[in-house]
Amino acid sequence: MHDYTNAEWLAALRGADPDAALHRLRAHLVRGLRQALIQKYDVTEADVEDFAQEALVKILNALSSFRGESRFTTWAQKIAVRTALTELRRRRWRDVNLHDLMPSVEHEDDILGMLAPPTALSPEQHTAQNQARALLQHLIANKLTERQRLAMSAVMGGGMSLEEVARRMDTNRNALYKLLHDARLRLKIALIERGFTFQELLSIFEQE
Amino acid sequence: MKLDQMQLKRIVHAIASTHPHEIGCDDCFEQLDTFAELVLVGKSAAEALPLVHDHLLRCHDCREEFEALLEALRTLA
Repeated sequence: MHDYTNAEWLAALRGADPDAALHRLRAHLVRGLRQALIQKYDVTEADVEDFAQEALVKILNALSSFRGESRFTTWAQKIAVRTALTELRRRRWRDVNLHDLMPSVEHEDDILGMLAPPTALSPEQHTAQNQARALLQHLIANKLTERQRLAMSAVMGGGMSLEEVARRMDTNRNALYKLLHDARLRLKIALIERGFTFQELLSIFEQE
Repeated sequence: MKLDQMQLKRIVHAIASTHPHEIGCDDCFEQLDTFAELVLVGKSAAEALPLVHDHLLRCHDCREEFEALLEALRTLA
């Protein structure tokens, strides 16, 4: 079967009779999603079909944003993958709320208070780790906003999907990434101002 | 939940490697198809689109989507 060019795809999907092109695109998305998802995620064939269908609607609505910098089918597959993974993340994290991931210690800011007690360290190593940990804890408590601490705890501590954390914080993934970026930047600047090198910090936590 | 040494090291790494100029998830998504095609043909996507490459190192959600897209494209190649 002849591969459509990008221009042919756009013309067919925008044309008076897009059915053939839709059918072909749908089949393409299903094949790609099936390969990407079936073995790695808990999905059924019906899920794959549903994701492809939902993606098709988004693709048609976004046609004017296609810039032709890649193949049309790659661009479309990207949208399909995001559609599928968004739903899979929602399922995976469905029963988790943010506060399940917060440290269960006295101070809600104590992200680093979740550190498991070190084992087999010398007194000097214990001291170094405790001091480094205390410094980081102090900086997190004083340099970050409450929202930044919450996001950091959930994403970096709890390993939760950025998208799912954003949903629970009434924001979007892009804004949450920027919030965390700002948080990281603040901490970096604060550590540099205190004369810390990162190699020093990392070497402290290399010890077990 | 307790953070182990490895997680704490990751936080320190994340802070250390922070750049003032990072792109967000929206900008990364916009270029992800181009990036994926470069990877598939063996070109240096990291050189061509360094900010995308950098974002994918940091952002689990975007990296997951990139890996799934690559997997899908390999099947269809």
